[in-house]
Amino acid sequence: MAEFFQYALSGVTMGSIYAAVAVGFNLIYGTTGILNFAQGEFVMLGGMIAVSLAAFMPLPLAVAAAMLIVALCGGALEILFFRRLRSHSALHMIVITIGLSIVVREAALHVWDESVRSLPYFTGNECSSVHLAGAALSPQVFWVLGTVGLAVLVLHTFFRYSLAGKAMRACASNYEAAMLVGINTANVRTLAFSVSAGLGALAGCVISPIGMTQYDMGTDLAIKGFAAAILGGLGNPMAGVAGGLLVGLAESYSVKFLPAAYKDATAFAILLLVLFVRPHGLFGRRQGSAVREA
Amino acid sequence: MRPRPLVPVLAAALAVVALQVAVTAAGREYYLTQTIMAAYYAVVALGLCLVMGYAGQISLGHAAFFSLGGYTSAVLTTADLTPLARSGWGGPLLRLHLLQARAGLYGGETIGANPWAAFGGALLLTFAVALLVGYPALRLKGHYLAMATLGFGLIVYRLLLGTNLTGAADGITGVPPWRLGFGLEISGDGAQRIANYYVAWGLVLFTILLLTHIVHSRAGRAFRALHGGETAANSMGINTAAYKLRAFVLSALLAAAAGSMLTHYSGGIGPSEASAMKSVRYVALVAAGGMANLWGVLVVSATLNFLSLRGCFGSYDDALFGALLIAIVSLAPEGPLQPLTAQGRRLWSRLAGHRVMTTPEGPAP
Amino acid sequence: MTPAAPLLVVDDIRHRFGGVQALDHVSFGVNRGEIKAVIGPNGAGKTTLFNVVSGLIRPQSGTVRFNGTAISGLPPYRIAGLGLSRTFQTPSLFLNMTTLENVMVGRHVRSRAGLLAAALRLPAQRREERAIHDVSLALLEEVGLAAAARRPVGALSFGQRRMVELARALATEPELLLLDEPASGLNTRETDDLATLIGRIRDRGITVLLVEHDMSLVMDIADSIVVLHFGVPIAEGTPAVIRNDRRVVSVYLGGDFADAASA
Repeated sequence: MAEFFQYALSGVTMGSIYAAVAVGFNLIYGTTGILNFAQGEFVMLGGMIAVSLAAFMPLPLAVAAAMLIVALCGGALEILFFRRLRSHSALHMIVITIGLSIVVREAALHVWDESVRSLPYFTGNECSSVHLAGAALSPQVFWVLGTVGLAVLVLHTFFRYSLAGKAMRACASNYEAAMLVGINTANVRTLAFSVSAGLGALAGCVISPIGMTQYDMGTDLAIKGFAAAILGGLGNPMAGVAGGLLVGLAESYSVKFLPAAYKDATAFAILLLVLFVRPHGLFGRRQGSAVREA
Repeated sequence: MRPRPLVPVLAAALAVVALQVAVTAAGREYYLTQTIMAAYYAVVALGLCLVMGYAGQISLGHAAFFSLGGYTSAVLTTADLTPLARSGWGGPLLRLHLLQARAGLYGGETIGANPWAAFGGALLLTFAVALLVGYPALRLKGHYLAMATLGFGLIVYRLLLGTNLTGAADGITGVPPWRLGFGLEISGDGAQRIANYYVAWGLVLFTILLLTHIVHSRAGRAFRALHGGETAANSMGINTAAYKLRAFVLSALLAAAAGSMLTHYSGGIGPSEASAMKSVRYVALVAAGGMANLWGVLVVSATLNFLSLRGCFGSYDDALFGALLIAIVSLAPEGPLQPLTAQGRRLWSRLAGHRVMTTPEGPAP
Repeated sequence: MTPAAPLLVVDDIRHRFGGVQALDHVSFGVNRGEIKAVIGPNGAGKTTLFNVVSGLIRPQSGTVRFNGTAISGLPPYRIAGLGLSRTFQTPSLFLNMTTLENVMVGRHVRSRAGLLAAALRLPAQRREERAIHDVSLALLEEVGLAAAARRPVGALSFGQRRMVELARALATEPELLLLDEPASGLNTRETDDLATLIGRIRDRGITVLLVEHDMSLVMDIADSIVVLHFGVPIAEGTPAVIRNDRRVVSVYLGGDFADAASA
């Protein structure tokens, strides 16, 4: 039982990071129709920048600054590369976001080298643990769950009630109509990239103490986050949370049945299975499914 | 329009010979090593060109097919199949030359698969995997297809990394030479370098000849039609799902063949051949070559891979490919060679006294 | 089956999109060798009907029979293979190919060479390619576009694209040709040419079913007309009958019809 619980919590911890990536995917996809393959790079950048800043400022400030910087980078990417490309085909969009993810990753390699880094534990250290129902947990787990949970709640409220949030939802449901009623769709797109990048950076910071940060962590995160987004139904910002937790749990429990080396392959296999069987997601409706996307 | 690929293929063959003569005369035969490797990678890019440029489907998993070919050959030829040889099956298998003896690591003899048999096995396995993955994946479009193929590639990569049979992170070394007959063998032996150069580039030219024939045939028109408009193609009697699958499987087989042959040449293969970055590189090469432009893809992929293998880009190797992708899509989505090749075609037509004929290249808007 | 049996039978087709009943109990037949027109105001369900017949939409109920075979539910490529070809409301050509190649695609169902035969250019494949080329070029000549054969199809005018699409459909050697608003976007001269061409197509023994807005064209060339109104067929008959059908005139055509009829 304790073991079961331990697996569940580690699954939920990683799952909440995937959820953050999935929500980021959905934010950008919903408002712009772009599937951003560089989504995982935001997480990596967040962790890396925070690690560097933490050397000469208090940790909370470093995390906040990292979020801000990455959010600005996200917005800048949209302005620089996507604003002019609106009419291009899906193939072009894919190719350009992949190109971006490579360039960001390689830049990170040159700035921070290959070594594995991590932020200090937000509370306690690597030895401290909390005992819960027989399972030993790092206190950082609660930081991860709490922070990502809170961020998702804030975003949810933002979508529901704020004007900018409503504008983003309007763009997601009908881009032309949103433009017609006077929403500045270009700004909404930039905002979507910024928010999504900032959220990724936050996830990158909170996971860093236990999950480590390395320049090449982005691709795997992007794929797993995408698997989570697909599970929830692409384009639905909040459904990605459930998808993320599911992917995390599946991956965590896979270690019980398969060699640990195949852990990552499990998440990818889930992605393929879902894409092949239910491309519109577990909770999504068939409308606008993968099979019909142009 | 009757395809006349023989003329450019012969011209390219002359260029291949001229290059070898020049390199040998200059006493820099060691350049041929990277040229040979670049040739095998070019075959993968050419196959992907059929899928992306002509049939309009993206694949971010072609490195996986390359590795599937390479690893199957490596595993079958290096594994110690002595027990199999001593079993009841051993007699017939040895008599059919499907198994062969080679010098063992610690003296004596071990028995492994004949490279020809391993090559056949590699193609069969790739065929099966490509069908299995392609059938459901190609029902997806755009971003979803990209993610599905990328996910497939990553699964293969992780499996190779995590499995002892495939040497985990070290990969497989000590792959024996592949004797083709007439004294030719695919191996890294320095004395065989020039022969290997011609084998590799022979494969490239043969591939481009076949693909040109296909592009200008009933099947090729079906590929291009489903790219140009899937609904219209379907209404014209083209089973679009089946044709997508055909393009995908054919290009997977080309990738596997190249993988298998390069593995014999290099004497081994490592998991990095299956990495997502490798798959992305192939996509970058096709995009840079102008998508639906076999010769453009050949020139770009041979040049860039040669420079990359010579280490000309240093630690900016991967970054270069990333930047290339962004630059091409932002600045010249039809491919940077497009104006050049159009010019060339016009010039060629004038020289040959043909009427000017332009075929639009690249993806439909 | 008697020779008099209709080539195409549309039997009690119903189809809804969300809250809209696009087709409601639609039944009619198309006889061999005739030109039949489907008319009706925008939103009457004409294009939906075409999409059902050509297999792009699977109807929620009812059947379509072609040559005695039930085709509703078959994929479009199978239906095309049975000898039913179509054009689209906006010409749907392959912009990545030349004009001639577009027409050659139409020969797909009448040829068989596979990948291997093509890769190796086996003698049979070369013969077949030559035949495909010749037939397609002859069809382009018939629609007056042989000179544009080697030009990218994207370089042609709208009217010319319609003609290429028609040639492509004819290249499949259909028994039944579905034309979705073939005259829309054409000028008067082009429309006249089209009428002549459709007549010639019928004279070759190809049955034609068309959806059209241009009333004078329909009254000119159609042997028989079906009128759809909000997905419901309200009248069927010869142009003369339809012209005098009080229900058609009052419910749907109104004043416009009187103008068109006298034109």
